[in-house]
Amino acid sequence: MDLNYTPQEQAFRDEVRAFVRSRLPHEISRKVLEHKKLEKEDYVRWQKILYEQGWIAPGWPVEYGGTGWNPVQKHILEEECAEAGAPPVIAFGIYMVGPVIIAFGSPWQKQQYLPRILSSDDWWCQGYSEPGAGSDLASLKTRAERQGDHYIVNGQKTWTTLAQHADMIFCLVRTSSTGKKQEGISFLLIDMRTPGITVRPIITLDGGHEVNEVWLENVKVPVQNLVGEEGRGWTCAKFLLSHERSGIAGVARSKRELRLLKYIASEEKKNGRPLLQDSRFRDKVARVEIDLMALEITNLRVLAADLEGRPPGPEASILKIKGTEIQQSLTELMMEAVGNYALPYLPAAWSNHWLGERVGPEYAAPLAARYFNYRKVSIYGGSNEIQRNIISQMILGL
Amino acid sequence: MDFSYTEEQLLLKDSVDKFLAKNYSFEQRREIIEAREGYSPLAWEGFASLGLLGVPIPEEFGGFGGHGVDTMIVMEALGRALVVEPYLSTVVLAGGAITLGGSDAQRKILLPRIVDGSMKFAFAHTEPGTRFELNRVETTARQEGGMWVINGQKSVVLHGAAADLLVVSARTSGAPDSPQGITLFFVNPSEEGVVGRDYPTYDGMRAAEVTFQNVTISPESVIGVLDNGFALLEAVVDRGIAALCAEAVGCMGAMHAATLEYLKTREQFGVPIGKFQALQHRMVDMLIQYEQAKSMALLAAVHVDSPDARERRRSVSAAKEFIGRAGRFVGQQAIQLHGGMGVTDELSVGHYFKRLTALDTTFGDGDQHLDRFLDQESAKVEAPLLKPAKKWKQLV
Repeated sequence: MDLNYTPQEQAFRDEVRAFVRSRLPHEISRKVLEHKKLEKEDYVRWQKILYEQGWIAPGWPVEYGGTGWNPVQKHILEEECAEAGAPPVIAFGIYMVGPVIIAFGSPWQKQQYLPRILSSDDWWCQGYSEPGAGSDLASLKTRAERQGDHYIVNGQKTWTTLAQHADMIFCLVRTSSTGKKQEGISFLLIDMRTPGITVRPIITLDGGHEVNEVWLENVKVPVQNLVGEEGRGWTCAKFLLSHERSGIAGVARSKRELRLLKYIASEEKKNGRPLLQDSRFRDKVARVEIDLMALEITNLRVLAADLEGRPPGPEASILKIKGTEIQQSLTELMMEAVGNYALPYLPAAWSNHWLGERVGPEYAAPLAARYFNYRKVSIYGGSNEIQRNIISQMILGL
Repeated sequence: MDFSYTEEQLLLKDSVDKFLAKNYSFEQRREIIEAREGYSPLAWEGFASLGLLGVPIPEEFGGFGGHGVDTMIVMEALGRALVVEPYLSTVVLAGGAITLGGSDAQRKILLPRIVDGSMKFAFAHTEPGTRFELNRVETTARQEGGMWVINGQKSVVLHGAAADLLVVSARTSGAPDSPQGITLFFVNPSEEGVVGRDYPTYDGMRAAEVTFQNVTISPESVIGVLDNGFALLEAVVDRGIAALCAEAVGCMGAMHAATLEYLKTREQFGVPIGKFQALQHRMVDMLIQYEQAKSMALLAAVHVDSPDARERRRSVSAAKEFIGRAGRFVGQQAIQLHGGMGVTDELSVGHYFKRLTALDTTFGDGDQHLDRFLDQESAKVEAPLLKPAKKWKQLV
């Protein structure tokens, strides 16, 4: 039993740390650390740096451009990137559709799409949820009808994250309405420039534009863009959900945010003394810190199981639930810490380039929006209630 | 990073589990509690012959030479079986005090007797005027004619009546709450002037109020360095807390399993009640707390032997605080999900609940350990921002 990294793992961490420190652009990490708005270029720029280093897709098989790292090494890269304030790698290409294409795709699809996913030349988005199919994903209604060499796709996707930047979308579509609703679903890769696709922004309660509606009206998709067999898309969807769940706990990111919280609370005053010394407030901070310590060890336990070759299982649901609860607590406490200065709503001040006069401390400006925005984390990726259903069925057998 | 048990640890776990499954059923435990001694000499002999009593004791004194993780393995098993014998006070606390602070002679004489089961100990520290603080000691020890004379009262001394020897904290100098001036002593409870009042506790154990009136003991009774007993006391109690955390995990595991089984078998409205989502989600939350508690018990077990006292205190207190909360949740929900049966004396679940409740306050409750956790924080807060925050500005 040893909770520390082995000398080899430490050496690897030093190497990763040195790389991240020297190559992560300062102006990008500043945005991340200060909760400023990230542009598409920021994400792509950092992903291309990782790509040039050969580290963009550690989870992929080596022959497709992966690193051949073990789970601990992958974890170390994620930790070091989060710690240093690197933007998260956008999951849709590298972590979602990439592994699906590797597992189920045709040679043509592999050749066509995988290199452009690795190089971040294509930005992917995910066409899963629909207005009538959220947690009950299999109820989706977007239809794809075969006409010769094409599918004609009609329907509406929603909650499509960063679709406004996307070159490609992977979609679950209904190719048959008979039998069980999970049957008759197919997995299609669709070029976002195809005529008939309309992206409409959904503005979230923080005032941000992250998610979209994607309308598909007689969209012509070549049959060669069908992944796997027609009607077997649910298999791809399930594979995707069970694949590559490491990092789901977000421990390193939360440790970074905890440090920011402590910093803010040490700058803010209550009764003339740092808020961090106020017993009511510091107790709340300490409880989150202790919860995070517990999550960190639990995360490492899951990782160790992974290292022994046991597949990532429903334990990931535990990490998702606790990880998101902690992330939400941190945003809540940060907003609480700045008191009244959480109120001013000046979205322009969230940009690094803004030259206007600020209201209150600089760190206060994005905190309320972040709190509002982070209500999403316990909803997306399978709501925390769905995660509880998964644990109940898969682990407890209820 | 390695979360696996060694071959020896696996054997240890297997043997203690097997022994308890065979010799320590819930019904056997009931009989033990009702007996006059409040513990089972037979079970104690069994522990000795299994080698359990030597787990954290150095090998040169006949022990296993184990560390925090080995103790964790044993305590988790004892928690699962709700063992009432004085393992914690004898092996973990007294064994720890002697190992860490005892003289060569004390170690040579006493440690083998812990290992072979011939001596049991109690740890007499808390007093009516203290809550959980380790530094407040009003029992006094003064030197008189080359001997030590002890006066004072110790409260809720676990297994006090069963002990052959007491480990007693006493003030040898300084103010009543000063960490400086505390010394640990061995006191034989049969000495003149020692009066004990033995009573049962709600969790099936026994404790005693012990008063010392001009109890005269020899200079060889001092454990460790005169006036400098606080660090030893703290290190030993931290071992105790790490052990209690593991015991709590054992209790939680057993409660979780019992509740899950109940949800699968108890039928209402024509289906097992585990089919109801309200109960399923509660059960999942219990699992999450249990798994997180395991992680924290592990953290405490690994760091309890750390040479870095700050890291040790921080990990142990974080674990105790977390496990207090988690134990309360798991315990209360287990009772709730058992419905009316949960509040009967008949089922084991209530007995686990009572033990978990007791564990929460033993050696400091959550508030106490949150304070101690925060005391380990460095005063300086590093600025994670790349440039300092802007000064106060007027409204635009």
